[in-house]
Amino acid sequence: MPTITGRSAVDELPSADGRPPLEADTATTGRLGDRIFGGLAMGSGILVITLVALVGLFLVAQAVPSLLNNNANFLTSREWVPSGADPRFGIVDLLWATIITSILAMLIAVPLGVAVALFITQYAPQWLSKPAATLVDLLAAVPSIVYGFWGLKIAGDYFKPVAEATSSVLGWIPFFRWDGTPSAKSTLAFAGIILAVMILPIVTAISREVFAQVPITHKEGALALGATKWEMIRVAVLPFGKPGIISAAMLGLGRALGETLAVTLLLSALNTSDAFSFSVFGGGETFASRIANDAGEFDSAQKTGAYIAAGLVLFILTFIVNAAARVVIERRKAFSE
Amino acid sequence: MKIQRLGAMASLALVGSIALAGCGSDNNTGSDTGETAASATGAASSDDCFDGTLNAEGSSAQKNAFEEVGAKFSAKCTGATVNYNPSGSGAGIKQFLAGQVDFAGSDSALKTVEKDGKVEADEAAKACGSPAWNLPMVTGPIAVAYNVKGVDKLTLTPAVTADIFQGKITTWNDPKIAAINSGVNLPATAIKVFFRSDESGTTENFTKYLKAAAEANWPGEPAKTWDGKGEGKAKSAGVAEGVKSTDGGITYVEWSYAKDNDLGVAAIDNGAGAVQLSSESVGKAVATAKQTGTGNDLALKLDYATKEAGAYPINLVTYEIVCSKGKDPQKQKNIKAFLTYFGSEEAQKAIEEIGYAPLPTEVQTKVEAAIDAIS
Repeated sequence: MPTITGRSAVDELPSADGRPPLEADTATTGRLGDRIFGGLAMGSGILVITLVALVGLFLVAQAVPSLLNNNANFLTSREWVPSGADPRFGIVDLLWATIITSILAMLIAVPLGVAVALFITQYAPQWLSKPAATLVDLLAAVPSIVYGFWGLKIAGDYFKPVAEATSSVLGWIPFFRWDGTPSAKSTLAFAGIILAVMILPIVTAISREVFAQVPITHKEGALALGATKWEMIRVAVLPFGKPGIISAAMLGLGRALGETLAVTLLLSALNTSDAFSFSVFGGGETFASRIANDAGEFDSAQKTGAYIAAGLVLFILTFIVNAAARVVIERRKAFSE
Repeated sequence: MKIQRLGAMASLALVGSIALAGCGSDNNTGSDTGETAASATGAASSDDCFDGTLNAEGSSAQKNAFEEVGAKFSAKCTGATVNYNPSGSGAGIKQFLAGQVDFAGSDSALKTVEKDGKVEADEAAKACGSPAWNLPMVTGPIAVAYNVKGVDKLTLTPAVTADIFQGKITTWNDPKIAAINSGVNLPATAIKVFFRSDESGTTENFTKYLKAAAEANWPGEPAKTWDGKGEGKAKSAGVAEGVKSTDGGITYVEWSYAKDNDLGVAAIDNGAGAVQLSSESVGKAVATAKQTGTGNDLALKLDYATKEAGAYPINLVTYEIVCSKGKDPQKQKNIKAFLTYFGSEEAQKAIEEIGYAPLPTEVQTKVEAAIDAIS
């Protein structure tokens, strides 16, 4: 069905009394303006899809020759010697650092963001909710390098006692072991916290929109049945907003996975002989930070290809996350109609 | 309504033209040659100045020196602009080979051995149509910078330095450090080593030094990537910041960064007594370097293990890589004019103030002769 010009299927079918479908000027659609706008919209859509496809194609084309030369297992090796006669590189360290920082960020930002959104939409008085919402949105406009510097120069110093306390109480779990190296502000844990601050506005903004759409009848119904405010939120607001929260979390995760500058500034890289550590108080590099860090020294196709292969994994990872978010948003639409 | 729409379109056109103009001035490497040639023939009365733009790219280690000298040159020769993009030595050489920039800045001379199927020096000769020369223009000493509360004077030998950066010496009051620092009150603070997590000529030169001066203590091969111990930070600014904010921290970093961050700089004892880092002690060490290039190709090999008294051994010599005989004579003339100024006493004095060391006289004479021979 050619729906891009705004024609609906009804226009293409004979009407009930046997008249032929409306054409050209007699139809309400199909005018010049409609066609131009429809064409532009379709063109933009195609352009975006082509761009994404080309980016994917470019990454694959550049990465494959290097991957074929790779003498180590790309998915399981911890080595990173992308050039020379014996190129050996693997992404396991990068994958770990990328995922653990992003998950930490989610664990902090999602509950906090939902709570902020609930406060703004359900609890805050009218005069406060507008400015509060604007303020949170403003956080999204702060450039990431500012967050990085803020973490490095100011907030990082306050994280040391937190790291010390956590590792002294829970240090027997490998996940929380810390021997003082790297310094507290350069650990994966702290990078996760800064990422949480960065994705908080995304999570808050989307959750807020969803909570604001909860039908007033649902809420009044709950209250009329004798529910307290908290019970009303639990039985009416949260179930309605759940798919929205999930998609907000996914979009935030997408940002956290790809964040570059702040993470590059904060994280301490491991040295080549460091043993693999499961601790959140360890160092490491994410995909994005390693690529950014070494971009100045891409002098051979082999080496560039290795980094592009790492970029490809990040591309696929964010692609999956965003696709998952899409699916959830679609499902939500089905529920609310 | 109509007026509003007109206004909107006008502002759109304005923004568009500004954006396009921005694009234009960014990308003028290819197109400005003709323009330069045309205006320069008319205006250049002396060989010292020219009208036009030179574009160079490469090592970030010489960025500050380049910007200082470039600014001074533009002030002297109004109409001449020299741009430097500190994207890294590898990227600079790549752009030079592709003919995108007029000359490259690099931490190391063009390689004459094969790497990834290509010999840089041959590639450069092919791109220029004549041999490319490595001209040492900027000497950047590498400081062993530390931050230990209560310690403002520290001497290190190559062996002890290697052990520290290998993680074998872990506290500041280790007997090995104490033995060469009598009279200094060393605390029991843990040593925190910081290294460059990005590939860097500084790392390469520092590990070359450790390998040459303390082979028994440094098992790894010199490389742009670090293979000692410690935690990695991005770029010189990152490691300097790391040491500054960590009691017990130590790193290797360009002198200027150590100065800017008020870090302690260790004196190095290569066997002929402790040598403080100063422009004289650096000059002395560079003067002992051997020339590995032939003729006017002034690729140098530093003697890191030098035992000459008063010579500071850990240095980074950065080169400008130029075509000896370029395809565009006017451009070569411009390069020549700029490099002549770069090698002059005035320019070398200026970069000394910002943490580099001036070329020693012997080297400077050779560099001047080589620049004279560019055509």
